[in-house]
Amino acid sequence: MMSESIATIKAADSAPQVKPKRPKPKSMLMLAEQSAALFENARLAKERGEKVGWSASIFPQEIAETLGLNVLYPENHAAGIAARHQADPFLQECEGPMGYSNDLCAYAKLNLAYTSVLNNESAIELPDGGKLVKPDFLLLTNNICNQLTKWYENLARQLQIPIFFIDTCYNPWDYVTESRVRYVRAQIDELIKNLCEFTNKKWDDEHFKEVMKISQRNSFLWERANNLLDRKPAPLSGFELFNYMSSMVCNRGKTSSTAILKQLNSEIEQHIADGTSTFPVAEQFRISWDGIACWPYLSHNLRTLKKYGINMVASSYGKAWAIEYDDLDGMARAYCFASTNGDNASTMIERRLEALKRFGCEGTIYHVNRSCKVMDCQMMEVQRQLAKAAGIPFTSFDGDQADYRNYSEAQFETRIQGLVEVMQQNKEDL
Amino acid sequence: MYTLGIDIGSTTSKAVILENGKKIVAHVVVPLGTGTVGPVRALAEIFEQSGISHEQIAYTIATGYGRLICAEADEQSSELSCHAKGIHLLLPQADTVIDIGGQDAKALKLSPLGRLLAFQMNDKCAAGTGRFLDVMARVLNVPIEQLGPLSAASKQPAKISNTCTVFAESEVISQLSAQVPLADIAAGIHNSVAKRVAGMALRLGHPVCLAMSGGVALNSGVVQAMEKEMGCPILVDPLCQSAGAIGAAVLAYEKLLQAKERR
Repeated sequence: MMSESIATIKAADSAPQVKPKRPKPKSMLMLAEQSAALFENARLAKERGEKVGWSASIFPQEIAETLGLNVLYPENHAAGIAARHQADPFLQECEGPMGYSNDLCAYAKLNLAYTSVLNNESAIELPDGGKLVKPDFLLLTNNICNQLTKWYENLARQLQIPIFFIDTCYNPWDYVTESRVRYVRAQIDELIKNLCEFTNKKWDDEHFKEVMKISQRNSFLWERANNLLDRKPAPLSGFELFNYMSSMVCNRGKTSSTAILKQLNSEIEQHIADGTSTFPVAEQFRISWDGIACWPYLSHNLRTLKKYGINMVASSYGKAWAIEYDDLDGMARAYCFASTNGDNASTMIERRLEALKRFGCEGTIYHVNRSCKVMDCQMMEVQRQLAKAAGIPFTSFDGDQADYRNYSEAQFETRIQGLVEVMQQNKEDL
Repeated sequence: MYTLGIDIGSTTSKAVILENGKKIVAHVVVPLGTGTVGPVRALAEIFEQSGISHEQIAYTIATGYGRLICAEADEQSSELSCHAKGIHLLLPQADTVIDIGGQDAKALKLSPLGRLLAFQMNDKCAAGTGRFLDVMARVLNVPIEQLGPLSAASKQPAKISNTCTVFAESEVISQLSAQVPLADIAAGIHNSVAKRVAGMALRLGHPVCLAMSGGVALNSGVVQAMEKEMGCPILVDPLCQSAGAIGAAVLAYEKLLQAKERR
């Protein structure tokens, strides 16, 4: 995940300036502790002979939390490896000896190769010492991606472990029909029963209610932190919010996330009160970011945007984890609508249009992510309709969420500079 | 008042001196791009050709892939805005510009005043760019400037893949082995470029008046194939290859005017 140090400046200052590096804010330190604890607890559970799971990123985390299961998140883990520029041997192994296609999602490629090491089928050195411990079961939903089902099927076959799966279906409308709620709810009930049997855990409705309450509180705090970026200038460099996504992806039902997000909210509020921002130069342009972060080149993305005074104040990506509901039926409904990949185009455009207006965006950057064909498939039409409806320019760039080979620094900068020139003209025309 | 525009591309360096933002005093094209002596040579040649000294230049803007490392420039601007400005000076009626450069292709939507409103660029792949044509000309053993005239004699253009330069190269070699006439292969190559670039350009909508800029616009075969794919005639100015440098010089002039107004 992103680990840029944070420099605070007076938001009103106009000239770009270099500030000495400041210590990380308390919320980031808490986040690092939480992340370390997640992996360490899983390792200790494994040592005690307890069953440990791997989960898709928008599986109802509250189920595992209620049962007290230790669960790790391959997508989040793969993003971390990619962001630390450690992906190469895994990509080579997956596409070479393992025989997978180059066209697969790079999270999948990284994780399948990592798994082959855990399963003693490959000798790649694990840069993190194998902290993503070998799973005993898999938790899967297809609300974010359908390739995950094949990825997890292969993991299940490779490791001879079960998958606990919820099929959420596609969203042809902007609401979830009651028949679908019944369909998903029935699967949730069955999954809880089977998971309890497999892990020797007991479902406790009262505890579930507590976890749900915590999860709702966290979703509220996460959304609130995101929404505070509607201030002008924004109190935070928008990319910093990507750091905190592990709290929402991996620890959504935990009180440690509540503490982190409360701390984050108070730090943002302090910036607003002081008229400061963690965006290190004067905010000249406000943009929205469409698509997953380009983790292998996050620092190049950030450096380039900073150079032109562009702050990313709205993102469709991070907010996917602000999931709101208050019972198991509500859970079924909410998890059907958790990701843009499951949304129909008109719902997607409507949500983005609302965000562009709320956050005062002057342009949009679309990450054409080679790993995620479904996202790219809708992107062209979303660009066209959204630019027309919002009357703001956009640019797109080729990249990848984890495969460093699919990006060109020079091409990225040319596109960003072109977007800046159009946004600047638009400002002058006002 | 003289302004200088320098466009340092991936394969060529272009320089233009403009008088009062309108009159082209001198222009040079050196077939060497960024990271070579091309930019230095282009500057030396433009001063020699024009008889204007470096000191007489009021402002310089660099564009193109090498723009960020051009020490002589007062400022740098993206080639997107520069091609828009350059074509607007040469062909003010154009509302859409397609620029096929050495390693990228762009489609630009212009306002009636020549402002850049929106743009599309090719993806990371080199298919549909000048580099693609260079590779194909080398395989055919034909000088790049002969590719256009050669394709004019084609009776049945060959089918060439438009998705990958490497695949297209092996396809061309297969066509050569099958003794397909060079003219048909050349026409097939142009169609391949045109299909790919038109697919991108039409995302901006159908043009009212379309112009092409960049060195590839000098290839009559590509222009004809583009006209067919875009379904409209294409304007090409003889100075199309220098459009980016011209635009940079126009922008340099506009910057000076803005600075004066602020004073």
